[in-house]
Amino acid sequence: MAATGTAPAAAQKLPVAKAINSSLRTALENDPKVLVMGEDVGKLGGVFRVTDGLQKDFGEDRVIDTPLAESGIVGTAIGLALRGYRPVVEIQFDGFVFPAYDQIVTQLAKMHARALGKIKLPVVIRIPYGGGIGAVEHHSESPEALFAHVAGLKCVSPSNASDAYWMMQQAIESDDPVIFFEPKRRYWDKGEVDPSAIPAPLHSAQVARPGSAVTVAAYGPMVKVCLEAAAAAAEEGNSLEVVDLRSMSPIDFDTVQRSVEKTGRLVLVHEAPVFLGTGAEIAARITERCFYHLEAPVLRVGGFHAPYPPARLEDEYLPNLDRVLDAVDRALAY
Amino acid sequence: MTVESTAARSDARRSGTGGKRATQAATGKAAGNGKADSNGTAEAPEGATASGTSRKAAAKTSRKPAAKSTGSTKSTGKTTRKAPAKSAAKGSAKAKARTRAPGDGPGRPEPELVQLLTPEGERVTHPDYDVDLSAEEIQGLYRDMVLTRRFDAEATALQRQGELGLWASLLGQEAAQIGSGRALRPDDYVFPTYREHGVAWCRDVDPTMLLGMFRGVNNGGWDPNTNNFHLYTIVIGSQVLHATGYAMGVAKDGADSAVIAYFGDGASSQGDVAEAFTFSAVYNAPVVFFCQNNQWAISEPTERQSRVPIYQRAQGFGFPGVRVDGNDVLACLAVTKAAVERARTGEGPMLIEAFTYRMGAHTTSDDPTRYRSDEERTAWEAKDPIQRLRVHLERAGLADDAFFAGVEEESEAMGRHVREAIRTMPDPDTMAIFENAYADGHALVDEERAQFASYLASFADSDSQEGR
Repeated sequence: MAATGTAPAAAQKLPVAKAINSSLRTALENDPKVLVMGEDVGKLGGVFRVTDGLQKDFGEDRVIDTPLAESGIVGTAIGLALRGYRPVVEIQFDGFVFPAYDQIVTQLAKMHARALGKIKLPVVIRIPYGGGIGAVEHHSESPEALFAHVAGLKCVSPSNASDAYWMMQQAIESDDPVIFFEPKRRYWDKGEVDPSAIPAPLHSAQVARPGSAVTVAAYGPMVKVCLEAAAAAAEEGNSLEVVDLRSMSPIDFDTVQRSVEKTGRLVLVHEAPVFLGTGAEIAARITERCFYHLEAPVLRVGGFHAPYPPARLEDEYLPNLDRVLDAVDRALAY
Repeated sequence: MTVESTAARSDARRSGTGGKRATQAATGKAAGNGKADSNGTAEAPEGATASGTSRKAAAKTSRKPAAKSTGSTKSTGKTTRKAPAKSAAKGSAKAKARTRAPGDGPGRPEPELVQLLTPEGERVTHPDYDVDLSAEEIQGLYRDMVLTRRFDAEATALQRQGELGLWASLLGQEAAQIGSGRALRPDDYVFPTYREHGVAWCRDVDPTMLLGMFRGVNNGGWDPNTNNFHLYTIVIGSQVLHATGYAMGVAKDGADSAVIAYFGDGASSQGDVAEAFTFSAVYNAPVVFFCQNNQWAISEPTERQSRVPIYQRAQGFGFPGVRVDGNDVLACLAVTKAAVERARTGEGPMLIEAFTYRMGAHTTSDDPTRYRSDEERTAWEAKDPIQRLRVHLERAGLADDAFFAGVEEESEAMGRHVREAIRTMPDPDTMAIFENAYADGHALVDEERAQFASYLASFADSDSQEGR
């Protein structure tokens, strides 16, 4: 095996994409049943190079370049899982998942229940998602609510390199289908990855920055924006607590509740359209759980009910530090 | 709308199409086929060129996975089961030749069906496919078909009595299902659609298990790995991809099992089926695609699905396709055996089109009199799969009256068993709603389960208070 191609033994700084690569490498090494599948994942190493070098080291039987057919990729992964394999499939971009949506929703999500629990479907579907990289149409979407809405699926999204490394391991180990949303504009952000650490549970939310005045909850690409907003707010004398949700199905409402009971205010931030989005669900639940603790209505910051705009407008479309702080100000004004 | 007018339109729609001509060829009544010429022109050149392509593609793709993952196991399989493997290779080689015989030139109707038993019950031979069965084995096929039909009839009746919410009858398709089902080994794996009651029978799946979904007590309900028979799949064509993926896994494991995917002529229009063809060919997966062309996808005729005979589509993907008389249990057995043996020996996928007929409705909710003629059904009744095998058994002196009486008695017992089973089938526990949504659990499901349980418990409390 190439020197560059070993899983990290000691803590080191890695970009998110490399952290996922290391994680896949570790999984391939540890379990001969793990397979990596998708378009261009082999020789090319994926269009984002997330699977770089894996085929060279594990062979075409383990790291499988597939035909350009998303339904086929997921459908055959289901069959491989039924045979005892643990496929990790890559959907090249968020907007390309829809040809496979039927297989994911009508088959992958429901087969365990249909068999009264007798069979398991340990399939991970990796979807590089979200905007901010100046891409063309169908390359910047955030369809997570469409999947989180479906019983039988689990949906997660790491926001940093360490989570990317650990959450991928945990997703592969899960006996349930996991949709793994990778924040593509964070692929190049570096963070410390310690392979000897003890990771938090896959579906737990984590307090990324403690604070006292307003809880700001986000996941994936928006966590960094919220942390920047919290730093800016601190300079203005406002203490924000940033919660990294990490999982959109299930959602760790307990952690959000604890934070809101402390701060009395909640702002939810995601790139996806606000309407019927993940934030809407959290707002409803938290209102139900913390009605008497809330000092202000739960507010949401996110995308509009419009197609994802052309790249030259995406800076206006995507929630940024100012829009988050504006919502924080509105929450504090009550 | 009258039945007559529907019938007239329906006849007009099908005149001069592939389906009709093939039907005539199958029955040996293909008189005056000249009128079909206009449709036949495109077929021969296509077939001729695809012949070489398909062989090449198969050879090219088969080398890779076989060399890597299977190696010794596969060759062991070959030697231990030398005879069938040999005949399979022979069958498959000829299968390719068969679908593009010299006679299939422009103007000829599509090739006739592989047939070993005429509708009149006469045993005939076929140059490429054959089975050598003992009297007991043929009797067994007859028994399988009679019992399957009886089970199906019972289920239809139970639906009419309100015991089942819906039933998808297999009436008329017994030979396709029993013939193909009996070609399989226990370690082969079956991916059915929702009408494969006969295949389930061959896999020793308790027939009453099949009723749970239609009664509404579960959405599947059996462990697919017990009999290597996957759950019924309602979304059309989805399972064909699962079969292909499973077969890719079989090849990776170095096993010599085969996988068979059942689907209908309607499903052949689905993208998933085309993608399954692509994946199976690219990875040389040991999967057999068994299309039961029963002529109707609810009210849509086969010619609304395909402008070429379905079996010919395989050529475009690089593997052989063959059309078999789906009402001839011996031919279905012979062809499927050849196809699974071919898969076992690393030669990759094959498509079988079983040309048959759904004698009943699509499901009990359907009314076929709105879209097809009585004449059509009558014509197909003359090709009944059970009757023709019975005539063969009688004429060839392979079974006596006692045998038929015995099967009839078993059939009655089967009917009683099914009736009893359905009427005593318990409704699922309310809390089953929350069971098995996830293998590893899910916080939201846990929360909702607890909330609903306490909601239900509140009624119990108020009931007991009222009782006081």
